[in-house]
Amino acid sequence: MDFADISPKLTVLVYGLVAFAVVVGGLLLLLDVVPTYFARRRERQLIAVAAGDAPAPPSGRPRKPREFGYAIFFLLPVVVLLLIGLVVPVIRTLLLSLRNGDNSAWVGLDNYGWMFSNDDILNVLWNSLLWVVLVPLVATSVGLLYAVMVDRARFEAVAKSLIFLPMAISFVGASIIWRFVYAYRGEDLDQIGLLNQIVVWLGGTPQQWLLESPLNTLLLIVVMVWIQAGFAMVILSAAIKAIPGDIIEAARLDGVTAWQMFWRITLPSIRPALIVVIVAITVATMKIFDIVRTMTNGNYDTNVIALEMYNQAFRYQETGQGSALAVFLFLLVIPIVVFQIRNLRRQREG
Amino acid sequence: MATTTPVLPATTAAPRPKNVAGRVRQRLNTRAATVVSILIAVLWTVPTFGLFISSLRPEDAIKTTGWWTFFSEPKLTLDNYNEVLFGQSASSGQLANYFVNSLVITIPSVLFPVAFAAMAAYALSWIKFRGREWIYVGIFALQIVPLQMALVPLLSFFSRGVSLGGITLMPAWQLDDEQKFIQVWFAHTCFALPFAVFLLHNFVSQLPSELMEAARVDGASHAKIFRTIVLPLITPALASLTIFQFLWVWNDLLVALIFAGGGDETAPLTVRLAELAGTRGNEWQRLTSGAFVSIVIPLIVFLSLQRYFVRGLLTGSVKG
Repeated sequence: MDFADISPKLTVLVYGLVAFAVVVGGLLLLLDVVPTYFARRRERQLIAVAAGDAPAPPSGRPRKPREFGYAIFFLLPVVVLLLIGLVVPVIRTLLLSLRNGDNSAWVGLDNYGWMFSNDDILNVLWNSLLWVVLVPLVATSVGLLYAVMVDRARFEAVAKSLIFLPMAISFVGASIIWRFVYAYRGEDLDQIGLLNQIVVWLGGTPQQWLLESPLNTLLLIVVMVWIQAGFAMVILSAAIKAIPGDIIEAARLDGVTAWQMFWRITLPSIRPALIVVIVAITVATMKIFDIVRTMTNGNYDTNVIALEMYNQAFRYQETGQGSALAVFLFLLVIPIVVFQIRNLRRQREG
Repeated sequence: MATTTPVLPATTAAPRPKNVAGRVRQRLNTRAATVVSILIAVLWTVPTFGLFISSLRPEDAIKTTGWWTFFSEPKLTLDNYNEVLFGQSASSGQLANYFVNSLVITIPSVLFPVAFAAMAAYALSWIKFRGREWIYVGIFALQIVPLQMALVPLLSFFSRGVSLGGITLMPAWQLDDEQKFIQVWFAHTCFALPFAVFLLHNFVSQLPSELMEAARVDGASHAKIFRTIVLPLITPALASLTIFQFLWVWNDLLVALIFAGGGDETAPLTVRLAELAGTRGNEWQRLTSGAFVSIVIPLIVFLSLQRYFVRGLLTGSVKG
């Protein structure tokens, strides 16, 4: 690497930063200077009126339109970017899913028919289902158990940080970490992958873990659980700590066992947090892409919806089929989020 | 250790058991919980730790023996890092280049959405106008849209421009090489906004209304209130959002693959690492050190600012 390589990049970065300063600073300056100018003018007019040598300015000017004017400028960047970047593309994707691969003719629901009749795609949908059932279930359970346990432990902060740490690691980084754990070498050689070494220590023969379906999908799911359990743990731990002390004390005085305490006190008290966690992990899991792409690239029967969508739309240039997969993903997310919003609303009312 | 009283978090308000047996049981309980939770925490860290140790071992050692043998015959080297960062051959990582790309992508992709979202959150909370609720609900609802719904049309927006009924409304951007950074910033900014507005709105709308009214009475403009009152008060929220967005952009693969391409002019570390893992999956000396190069910055940010990150997590919910 030398400076000649990076200088054009830094130039673009500087342009970007200048653009940022101009846009944000400019908007704020505009919003600051213009009203101040009008305020000054009005002040001067009032002084003039007080001195008695000018007609009174029209009083009681409607305030509302002006407020609206400010709001437009404050909201302008967000609204414009969301329209260009999300709203219009979503509508276009809906339309594209009804058109053929090179976007030249309408094909009705053919792309959706293809999704549910093609064996490869059905396999992809099954794998995705496995992910969406297992990851939220296992990650939330592990996170919950850990949150309950660590609540009574010493070194709580350090232990929690270690579990939480994978949240900071990219899915790509995590995939490489776990590929190394699953690494395989021939039977008579020393193993370099931890999992195979443990198998050897226990007297088994090393396996090519990532080649055998459906075990390989489960091993990829382990990676996602490893990442998401920390997220579940942090939210649930905060919820557990927020349970009012007198409830716990009353239960203790009644002589409940730890088991009863967990099922009758802890679990009902943290139900809202539990729902938030399960929903968030479910939605993240539906869109899982990086882990599968980095670990197996969807080979050996490990493919999932988001990766297939990427392949169809950007590798095979089949935008119709890719868009249909994206729409399907969207339809799957909607009921979950509606469920969550209704829950939140009930909670706020209750 | 056994003689000290167990340290319990103040909020749990556990009653001190009256009799000796109860106290002993509680202490054992605490100790068992401590041992098990530390064991699990260590188990959780072993994969990352193994990667880190391996990245410091010589190439032939990584490829022939497990990283756990390091403790019986320790041999340390920084060669892997030197090779993967600065090596000249095409097969080495040349990660230093991609590291710069990650930085160039990340900085504006964090600044733009945070600033825009803060302004929008203020307008949606404290400027009264008709339709405010509807705009907020609309932005809130956009959180659930999966990125996949926007990728194909947004890419064509950049590469082919916009035309309606044969009339070109906007020509193609025709960005090449380093200029592609612009479309990555643009995409990341758009995708971040719904969550960013939602998170900041939670904070901004909670500010005391007396404060705003007093400032208005004093004749302060909205821009002045925003700059001098709101921004300083929501600094913790801005910090959480900045960390979120930083981790999201730095760790992202999908958006970068589509909008930055795979070339060494613009591709970030994640894209390069995924490529190395695909084509050179057994070159562990490069993969281990490369992976560590890519995770070291987020780890530092995360560990030093964890407090803000957790606070943000507790107020935010689903990221689209």
